[in-house]
Amino acid sequence: MTAVKVPVRAAGGVLSELSPGRDGRDLGWLAEARLKALEWVGKNGFPSRKDEDWKYTALDGILAVPFVAAGAGPGPRVTLDLINKAAIDLGGPRLVFVNGHFSPEFSRLTGLPSGAVVTTLAAVLETSPDRLKPFLGHTPGEHHAFAAFNDVFAEDGAFIHFTNDTVVDEPIQLVFFSDTEGVPLMTSPRSVIIADSGSRATIVETYAGLDGDVYCTNVVTEVVLAENARIDHYKVQNEPTTAFHLALLDVRQARGSQFASRSVMLGSSVARHEIRVRLEGVEAEVSLDGIYLPQGEQVHDNTIFVDHVATNCTSHQLYKGVLDDRGHGVFNGHIMVRHGADGTDANQKNKNLLLNDRAQVDTRPRLEIYTDDVKCTHGAAVGQMDDEALLYLRTRGLPLESARGLLVYAFVQEMVDRIELEPLRASLEALVSTRFGSGAHRVQQ
Amino acid sequence: MLHIKELHASIDSKEILRGVNLDLKPGEVHAIMGPNGSGKSTLASVLIGRDGYDVSGSVTYEGQDLLALSPEERAAAGVFLAFQHPVEIPGVGNMYFMRTALNSLRRQRGQEELDAVDFLALAQERMKLVEMDQTFMSRSVNEGFSGGEKKRNEILQMAILEPKLAILDETDSGLDIDALRVVASGVNALRSEGRTMLVITHHQRLLDYIVPDFVHVMAAGQIVHSGDKDLALELEANGYAGLTPGSARVGATA
Repeated sequence: MTAVKVPVRAAGGVLSELSPGRDGRDLGWLAEARLKALEWVGKNGFPSRKDEDWKYTALDGILAVPFVAAGAGPGPRVTLDLINKAAIDLGGPRLVFVNGHFSPEFSRLTGLPSGAVVTTLAAVLETSPDRLKPFLGHTPGEHHAFAAFNDVFAEDGAFIHFTNDTVVDEPIQLVFFSDTEGVPLMTSPRSVIIADSGSRATIVETYAGLDGDVYCTNVVTEVVLAENARIDHYKVQNEPTTAFHLALLDVRQARGSQFASRSVMLGSSVARHEIRVRLEGVEAEVSLDGIYLPQGEQVHDNTIFVDHVATNCTSHQLYKGVLDDRGHGVFNGHIMVRHGADGTDANQKNKNLLLNDRAQVDTRPRLEIYTDDVKCTHGAAVGQMDDEALLYLRTRGLPLESARGLLVYAFVQEMVDRIELEPLRASLEALVSTRFGSGAHRVQQ
Repeated sequence: MLHIKELHASIDSKEILRGVNLDLKPGEVHAIMGPNGSGKSTLASVLIGRDGYDVSGSVTYEGQDLLALSPEERAAAGVFLAFQHPVEIPGVGNMYFMRTALNSLRRQRGQEELDAVDFLALAQERMKLVEMDQTFMSRSVNEGFSGGEKKRNEILQMAILEPKLAILDETDSGLDIDALRVVASGVNALRSEGRTMLVITHHQRLLDYIVPDFVHVMAAGQIVHSGDKDLALELEANGYAGLTPGSARVGATA
């Protein structure tokens, strides 16, 4: 393990002493980009609550840990069994990363059509690093320290390329498993998904680890869709509650392309899943759905920016949160409709169910519109358990806990139903119902 | 089977039930009539265990202290309320809901649970009683149901859960005559020696279809008058005027 100490607290001077091209493997352009990213952090520091997009999520917990950058190497305890428990095997191609680095013994790369390249970032860096020049070392869009850290430290992740009109029927699974035993690792997976014109595929990302491990997953995934491409993207974040999870999913869409994201947030102490979508080509469509279920002291932050640049594009967002104990949820959704983006159809909905008085949610749907010919709606709702429904169920014989579980499950059911991959849906149903007690299981006939 | 004695109930220090006395024997159908605000629905609420009331007095159901039981325990003991305003529960399938309810009751009674196939057969048989078809079962509980559909759905639950004590709270409200006939014939089909019914209604009309053994008039939180089915007709003719607390009580108390 080539550990480089990341003095997270001292974002200023000390950082510049780090050599990002630390073992000389990096090409000049990459070493330079890494250094630049590092300098960016040195200069700008970490986001704080003064920053609009970080207003509601306390980062103190993360900044207090002296993380160490994860190097390659097997985890001490990880087994195939643990991987399979963390991420149900969907039977298709599967890339497994342990502590952010590819683990061939747990992976499977068979069953892919010839137009699909599914490999690792590290492999591409080895063989044809220039292919990564448009991606690596500089996160697109507005910068922040965590994205910059990923620029600095990313060494591996998935590299996926679908050539024109390639259709991959089987979902491609990316499993990011952490096994850090006693070392507070910061892992920096970086994935690139390129969908050429007319191609179509499904990607499932799962993040998990071992209870008690303190680590930080700091991930960046970039997706580029060419004309009429379609990507269905699923993300299951089920890290242990001792871990931190910071993610940026950056999506760029050309004409007529379709992107659908479905995110399920279950784990982590503090988790932030940021999605940025830039609708660059006419008639592109994006739908972003998510559920977040913080309990205990968990913080689940969904920050979304949908940028309508081209005309006649459509964006839909539906996020639902169930907040228990002292759980804290954040929905910070921003839609920008640029000048000239006529015919935009954008909507955004956030619904929350608070299960007790100490739970908290900050919801902030925002529309920023610079053109007239648009159809935009947004709305947010925060409610509590419907006492009348609870009584109704109890008078029919359901014990209180089952009745509560059933109502919570009914609230998130709509989202679970949007998961089209049957085995994944079943496994998530099981996860969600376990969380909300015995009454919650498959509800619809 | 049900003995209500000096039952008082208040909410936010406002007394709504002011000493209700009522005895129901197995298989009897009792109607409670009375003007709005007389406490009819509160009586139903207290009997099924709705929160928020200060209750005193006693309710003995089959020898048990009913007031000491939770709503689900009352259900397991065979108490059922057809709600005046059935609750919509989006996301919970009607079929699933009823099977879960029945199996929950069966579990509490130490009986074997029904699997989906057996339950479907039972449900299909009972649906005929209230002229409901399969499409209702695949929808969410009461969501988007018309007033009449909601009431039929209540009676269907009663048919499936087979309570010993069925309380029907304003089951006729919001029904047109055709729907009323369907609901009433469902209720009548469920009358049996082992099932006691307490029919709460504002209108005499329902009692043309569900003919009670006894009629009680409630006013200002008390039963002020009791009689047989003809009392309902008298009320229809003369109204509630003149019936005040302290009036003679006849019949029905045993």
